[in-house]
Amino acid sequence: MDIFLQQLINGIVLGSIYSLVALGYTLVYGILGLINFAHGDIVMVGAMVTLTVVRLLSDSGLPGPLVLGIGMLTAIPACMAVGYLIERIAYRPLRNAPRLAPLITAIGVSILLQNLAMMIWGREYLSFPQILPTRTMAVGGASISAIQLLIVASSTIMMAGLSSLIRKTRLGNAMRATAQNPEVATLMGVNVNTIISITFVLGSALAAVAGMMVSAYYGIAHYDMGFILGLKAFTAAVLGGIGNIEGAMLGGLLLGIIESMGAGYLGTLTGGIMGSNYQDVFAFFVLILVLIFRPSGLLGERVGERP
Amino acid sequence: MKRYLKLAAYAALLLLLPFATGLALGKTWVRILDFALLYVMLALGLNIVVGFAGLLDLGYVAFFAVGAYCYALLASPHFGLHLPFWMILPIGAFSAGIFGMLLGAPTLRLRGDYLAIVTLGFGEIIRIFLNNLDTPYNITGGPQGIDLIDPVRLGPVSLNQPPGHAVYSYYFLFLLFALATAFVSTRLQHSRIGRAWAAIREDEIAAEAMGIDTRNLKLLAFAMGASFGGLSGGLFAGFEGFVSPESFTLTESIMILSMVVLGGMGHIRGVVFGALLLSILPEALRYVGPLEQSLFGKIVIDPSGLRMLLFGLSLILVMLLRPAGLWPSPARKRELLAHGETAKHENTNIYDAGR
Repeated sequence: MDIFLQQLINGIVLGSIYSLVALGYTLVYGILGLINFAHGDIVMVGAMVTLTVVRLLSDSGLPGPLVLGIGMLTAIPACMAVGYLIERIAYRPLRNAPRLAPLITAIGVSILLQNLAMMIWGREYLSFPQILPTRTMAVGGASISAIQLLIVASSTIMMAGLSSLIRKTRLGNAMRATAQNPEVATLMGVNVNTIISITFVLGSALAAVAGMMVSAYYGIAHYDMGFILGLKAFTAAVLGGIGNIEGAMLGGLLLGIIESMGAGYLGTLTGGIMGSNYQDVFAFFVLILVLIFRPSGLLGERVGERP
Repeated sequence: MKRYLKLAAYAALLLLLPFATGLALGKTWVRILDFALLYVMLALGLNIVVGFAGLLDLGYVAFFAVGAYCYALLASPHFGLHLPFWMILPIGAFSAGIFGMLLGAPTLRLRGDYLAIVTLGFGEIIRIFLNNLDTPYNITGGPQGIDLIDPVRLGPVSLNQPPGHAVYSYYFLFLLFALATAFVSTRLQHSRIGRAWAAIREDEIAAEAMGIDTRNLKLLAFAMGASFGGLSGGLFAGFEGFVSPESFTLTESIMILSMVVLGGMGHIRGVVFGALLLSILPEALRYVGPLEQSLFGKIVIDPSGLRMLLFGLSLILVMLLRPAGLWPSPARKRELLAHGETAKHENTNIYDAGR
């Protein structure tokens, strides 16, 4: 039972991170119908910037949470700028181009970001200074650490904020209108270009926070960490129904839980034949199953053949 | 007559190319040429799926892996089997085709990006299995892979003999296969099947209304593309003498897709050009380090990082300047040049690999 609870907690923590990253994919996809392959690398930039700031300040005697906060507040604008630039340079000129063209530029941007990061921060794994208390809380035989609580709490707050932003504000209205039909939205006085830029910037801010979380949680950062994380988060977005905000949150959470349960129980279930090294297979397998039975994801709307 | 002269000139060029390269740049570059030919085969195979039938496949390297492991298992001391290569290659191509159908069957109802992510997941699943199938029974050799694979043998002659000249003999073998692949592709494109694929790509519903069996034809596209991948996988295993899951990562799939799109998908010459360019460019960029050395007298920026940086940059630039690829088919070019709202609408939808 404690293993179950512990894996559930780990899964929720992992899932919260996936959700934040998945939101970035889903926001962009909802509006442009484009897989932003470079999104995972924006997460990496967020992690790297946070790490640099935290390392600089770790000897300053400031309290740990404050240092982490400063790091995050540096990473968010940095990532926003990167996201904005990517959209302007690599995606906007190709808006009426064949659909696979922006996919290739996205791949190009991803390669570019990774190698820039490698030049700036080197190819070694960088360790994240231990600045948060390592004390853990016991809950029914399982333990929760401070960073885990922080991750779940802050991602919940951010997702709630994003949700109400999109539902209640004028900006959210404009975003939804653009997602439904850019041309009609233009007629209604929405500046579609601005909305698309804002969408990228918002997604990048979430990615920055996710980057901070990942590197603080695992205590490590690396220039190609964004790739596999982005892949998982994209899977999560598709699982929930890509283009759907709630879907991304649910998909991320589910994927996190599925993965950690898989890692915890796969060995015992298969009599030791398949260990936790099959964790990733598990995630993709669930994805394929879901898509076969619900081709538009869990919460995705069933759209007509040609919208 | 003029046509024959041209053909003869091309033939002479292709035959002399490895020797000229070997003399001018050394054997490493002949090896790069060999790999470029392998990539040509892979890109042409993926072109069937993506370019002809309009199905976005991000896990194509899985079929390459199936072919390579087939060869490795059937012609190495790993299981003690030593079948001849002309027997294994069809087996590899056939198994890859089966895997293609396996992937295709459940995913046919999916469209566009959902299909992309499922194919991506499939590719990863294959790789993870290859990586882990060394316990409890050692089938794939795990992360270490399989080595000591038999070289390709024509009758009693091994292509690795005489030692040191393997790169040349494999060049001609690969050239033969690459030309055959290109030939089959061309014939396929203009056949009834190829035209049906084009119809599906442009508008699936209309194609279905015209009496095209879209389900079977899409399956066929997956299977054919996959078997091309399996074939080149077998050749790769024979050439390298060693396979491991390291060679079959997602990056490789993405690379092959970039070749197809960058060259001009659906257009065979364009795809061949894209494959040659993208397989040679990263190698050519290796000279960045020495160039820096001679320009500034020391290494200013890490050359391997700079090399991939330039590579990424060129991907972006090419796509920005030539969105339809470097060498699109003439029909495609006309479509892009056509003005007006209709044309704009078609451009966003034509190659959307199903929305």
